[in-house]
Amino acid sequence: MFAVTMAALLAAMILALGRLYLGPTLYDRVLSANSFGTKTVLLIGVMGFLTGRPDFLDISLLYALLNFIGTIAVLKFFRYRTLGDGVNPDGDGP
Amino acid sequence: MTALVTDAVSWAFLASGSFLVVVGALGLIRMPDFYTRLHAAGITDTLGADLILMGLMVQAGFSLVTVKLLLIGAFLFFTSPTSTHAIANAALTAGLNPRIADGAGAGTDSAAPEGDGK
Repeated sequence: MFAVTMAALLAAMILALGRLYLGPTLYDRVLSANSFGTKTVLLIGVMGFLTGRPDFLDISLLYALLNFIGTIAVLKFFRYRTLGDGVNPDGDGP
Repeated sequence: MTALVTDAVSWAFLASGSFLVVVGALGLIRMPDFYTRLHAAGITDTLGADLILMGLMVQAGFSLVTVKLLLIGAFLFFTSPTSTHAIANAALTAGLNPRIADGAGAGTDSAAPEGDGK
């Protein structure tokens, strides 16, 4: 039962990677990377149940947040060309 | 007897959840334009993830594991719409216009700028 779910999740992840490769614009790639991250959260959760180790859920909990922060950081970088480094206090781009 | 029922219920949740995840990923590939792909990505983020988490919760019963699954569901509930909105907003401000039906928009992806932040 979990193996079927993991197989479907892996297939969906491969499709998301396909869009990541094909994506003409930057935002297709960010979207498919974000979708890939959400599927990773589910994969780690189902993997924890498959191998009978409940502590995997902490990892997927953490990855759910990290995925969100990563997406926002990529968007901010391409919006302002910088992530607000310390030298330029306002760091509001060029 | 109850083990059979919980297995059947969680199997039904997991099967429909994984079906929706695959459908969402397929939509991510086949949709013509960026803004339509947002819909496809939304399917997996919302119902696909929730059904799979619900299937795991049924399997786990009343325990700490279910609390963790509820927390994962809550975080996904808040972060995935926000990140989808952030991506769409960034794309629109960067000048990636949606494709209008009669082709009056900025055309398909070829005409889109490569994310030049203004």
